[in-house]
Amino acid sequence: MLEEIGAASIENLFDSIPQELRLRDHLNVPAAMPELELLKRFDEMGTRNQAARRISFLGGGAYSHYIPTVVDSLLSRSEFFTAYTPYQPEISQGTLQSIFEFQTLVCQLTGMDIANASMYDGSTAMAEAVLMAERVTKRTKVIASSAIHPQYLEVAHTYVQHAGIDLEHAVYCAESGTTLPESLSGLDDQTAAVVVQSPNFFGCIEDLAALAEKAHSVGALLIVTVTEAMSFGLLKSPGACGADIVVAEGQSFGVPLSFGGPYVGLFATRDKYARQIPGRLVGEAYDKNGRRGFVLTLATREQHIRREKATSNICTNEGLIALAATIYLETMGRRGVQEAARQCAQKAHYASREIEKLEGFSIPFSAPFFNEFVVHAPVDAASLLEKLASGKGIDGGIALSRFDTARANDFLVCVTETNTKEQIDALVAGLSSSTKLV
Amino acid sequence: MANVPDNLHYSKDHEWVRVEGDIAVIGITDHAQDQLGDVVYVELPKAGDEFAANDSFGSVESVKAVSEIFTPVTGKITETNDSLNDEPEKVNKDPYGDGWMIKMTMKSPGEVDSLLTAAEYEDFTKAEE
Amino acid sequence: MASNITKVTNHISPNEALIFERSQPGRAGFSLPALDVDESSIDEIIPREMQREDALEGMPEVTEVDVVRHFTRMSTWNYSIDQGMYPLGSCTMKYNSRLNEKVARIADFANLHPLASESAAQGALQVIYELQQHLAEITGLPGVSLQPAAGAHGEMTGIMIIRAYIDARDGKEASAQRRTMLIPDSAHGTNPASAHLSGFTVKTIKSTAEGLTDLDHLRELCAHGNVAGLMLTNPNTLGLFERNIQEICRIVHDAGGLVYMDGANMNALVGIARPGDMGVDVIHLNLHKTFSTPHGGGGPGSGPCCCTKELEPFLPVPRVVASTSVGDSDSEHRLKPMLRLDYDYPQSIGRVKAFLGNYGMMLRALAYILTHGYDGLLEATQAAVLNARYIAHGLLTDYDKPFDSDPMHEVVFTDKRQARKGVHTLDIAKRLIDYGFHPMTIYFPLIVSGAMLIEPTESVGRQELDQFIEAMRSIAKEAVEDPELVLNAPHSTRVGRLDEAAAARKPVLRWKPAATESAESRSTASHSS
Repeated sequence: MLEEIGAASIENLFDSIPQELRLRDHLNVPAAMPELELLKRFDEMGTRNQAARRISFLGGGAYSHYIPTVVDSLLSRSEFFTAYTPYQPEISQGTLQSIFEFQTLVCQLTGMDIANASMYDGSTAMAEAVLMAERVTKRTKVIASSAIHPQYLEVAHTYVQHAGIDLEHAVYCAESGTTLPESLSGLDDQTAAVVVQSPNFFGCIEDLAALAEKAHSVGALLIVTVTEAMSFGLLKSPGACGADIVVAEGQSFGVPLSFGGPYVGLFATRDKYARQIPGRLVGEAYDKNGRRGFVLTLATREQHIRREKATSNICTNEGLIALAATIYLETMGRRGVQEAARQCAQKAHYASREIEKLEGFSIPFSAPFFNEFVVHAPVDAASLLEKLASGKGIDGGIALSRFDTARANDFLVCVTETNTKEQIDALVAGLSSSTKLV
Repeated sequence: MANVPDNLHYSKDHEWVRVEGDIAVIGITDHAQDQLGDVVYVELPKAGDEFAANDSFGSVESVKAVSEIFTPVTGKITETNDSLNDEPEKVNKDPYGDGWMIKMTMKSPGEVDSLLTAAEYEDFTKAEE
Repeated sequence: MASNITKVTNHISPNEALIFERSQPGRAGFSLPALDVDESSIDEIIPREMQREDALEGMPEVTEVDVVRHFTRMSTWNYSIDQGMYPLGSCTMKYNSRLNEKVARIADFANLHPLASESAAQGALQVIYELQQHLAEITGLPGVSLQPAAGAHGEMTGIMIIRAYIDARDGKEASAQRRTMLIPDSAHGTNPASAHLSGFTVKTIKSTAEGLTDLDHLRELCAHGNVAGLMLTNPNTLGLFERNIQEICRIVHDAGGLVYMDGANMNALVGIARPGDMGVDVIHLNLHKTFSTPHGGGGPGSGPCCCTKELEPFLPVPRVVASTSVGDSDSEHRLKPMLRLDYDYPQSIGRVKAFLGNYGMMLRALAYILTHGYDGLLEATQAAVLNARYIAHGLLTDYDKPFDSDPMHEVVFTDKRQARKGVHTLDIAKRLIDYGFHPMTIYFPLIVSGAMLIEPTESVGRQELDQFIEAMRSIAKEAVEDPELVLNAPHSTRVGRLDEAAAARKPVLRWKPAATESAESRSTASHSS
């Protein structure tokens, strides 16, 4: 080949790179590792992830739900996972039709008109929703509830820091655990949006209709964030409550925990904002013989055309993860999603009732919850949970002191359809016995 | 060969102006719509909005491109062609007629004299190629 | 004797409908174990007014077999890397190793919760720590964050780091005067979009006739004194190495700015040269390009950000760091490094994503690096460049190559010759489909009219390269002898060219049940800005 192109040697291929930049020695990375050795290496590292094998009641933005076997099986078809962005629609109809189905499912779950092909995750979707609200209303103030997932708020602050947007917080009610409309004291005709999470970080369900009314009264948008997407199976959709933009983390739908990623951001809004929505959109199209197909559309919103005036800089999103969610939702179907959601709620409420019976333990927030709730322990929560984990092999929850040092005795418990009564009973017994060890 | 009607004034940004009394009717030229391809969306301002000459007053989108549109004269919008919301293809089919975009009262009607004539515009587009 | 036997009928496969159109009430694809806890009345645990009223109406009801057939059929409509060469320029469509997939699915990683306590996730943290080290070595830039979820995300991170650095160095007031980001006219659209997110205004730098950055223009723009930085891709989007890169960095640094490199084209540099040595201050990498993690039909990606020691304090938090602590029972008194998440970086730009990044892609990328080793990584780079040169050479006879310089891992051609017969880049791309290839990147970069950007990667053998060249030569011939064939391509796919203009005029972005269709389509049609 070298001969054919007239190059003297492989070295010469890189002649356009100045000599002084050329590496003299090989990279200081390990020598090539054969498959067997590589797998052993990763397996060994895996054994030091003890948390992966424990009974888990961890939530807080990432959820352990059962993933039907077909999801990974279909996802592993190379036509799906080794394909690229469907720029040539004629040979990407598999990907495009799947995305169209995904968009439809997201609309159905959120109760909104249009949804995009995905964002990176719930946190960046929320940040982009804030930016979109500014574009749509041309106002620069945004009020976000302090009951939103702390990491989501951090991401939003990063995104708005140079966008000329003033991101304020509204303090949640210590008694109910929710964001009361009265707490939106900064709300005025300069407010682009009110942002809340429901169920919120503490698991409490917000009164979205009341918050929507309050926001709309000054012409602001209501952005609703959902971290536990399974809640769509039981709770009234944010769309039906009057939300203008709904963003969510879709990881609950057929996506493994995988230490935090890759996940998938859902983004849905009203028809009238179609040209302001970030991310890719798939639409129906027909060829000259009238055959239906699907194409990427409204591309003029995007970076490759609008460049600095684009609705977002997003290019690659979470295509394969959106596909996982699509397969999950279609496999579980209408009834499966409702049943899974129902079981999450029932099991969580059983757990909270049993924990409340323990001496010294209480449930501090009065608002209704879906499958996550805060527990107030008689001792330091972080220590209690550590004893429970090392002694009983149970991850009983997330110590809130990680996010708020004033809440040293509080921890967040999440129960899903995968937790059995046996496991929940073990949690309760374990909390009781571990308390004595702290 | 692009159509360049004689009775209009033209700008280097490929807009045309038709003067009707003290109203300027503005749109994009046949050359422009041809370059753009099938128009899918037109973003227009609102009646009452004011613009200085060479300000961007909106944009025209095709499938793969978006172009800002600039007003060749200073004025205040009296009317916009809202039918373009449902039928943006009018810009392609009849750029000087049904595809008109905005009407505005001109602040200084003399401004049109500094625009290009049909012949000058034709030369200009040829030179661009 | 006339035969009335139907020999061949249309298989349902090409006509697979939307799942909603296949839905049958009562069908279910999955069943859960029965509820095992004491059940409360649902109204008691969740107030009626907070409950869903529509029972998820419209969502599909299908069986598992329905789902399997549905997606299997649809998958057959996709072209993918496993089928053959996917020469999308700027995308690096290399082989997605099955071993990497297995690694990513190891249960001890797949089932690990991101908020698990650090002491019980040491293996997972080690993967991050090691990958960081290898990427630092490969780029020559010691500060690494794996938090960004894609290239554009990594770009935003890198540009925000530049902004934060200048704010700290010059003070907010002086920094407010430095709001210009220089970007070449050949840049990927994410570059200016990312710059905008950090509050910068974009000024475009021209390219020379040779296709490289115009140094005089760069000096001119830098002389204004308001330049915060330059965003450069190297090799650039024309596939050409910016041989003046050191001078370019010097000019920008002397003017008080920093240099950001878009690392999308690292496949031409790994093991050969390092951006850190060139004077680059911060770079983003695409694990889904250079490091083989699968493209997945549009993601997930991963866009690590690497930077100089000076810029490290501004990286996103948390960072994975090693600290020594007394070893556990099996190591007696030996000190064992404990990996932990460090949030103590007061100058950090903040978090860019919840949790730690697209972790599953990190697993795969680390597996890729370890599988190749230093030898394999270098070989991959060499093969990638050789393959691109070979194609560049092979197509010269029939296609117009706008730049004389030798390309690196990708090469750009134009449709100039074919356009004389009315055949354009789009048509050539569509006709290539009939030859069994996925088309190259078209109409990018924007500075080349009718651009065709071809990147074969190292995952293609000579035989296939020859087939590709033959196909392109054949199309060039068709463009002259039978242009209609090219203009109406593709002929072999289940749908022909789709009317994208109509799709954009009256967007239909979701399925709706038939009963409400006419009302809905009326409302869709009248949607206004």
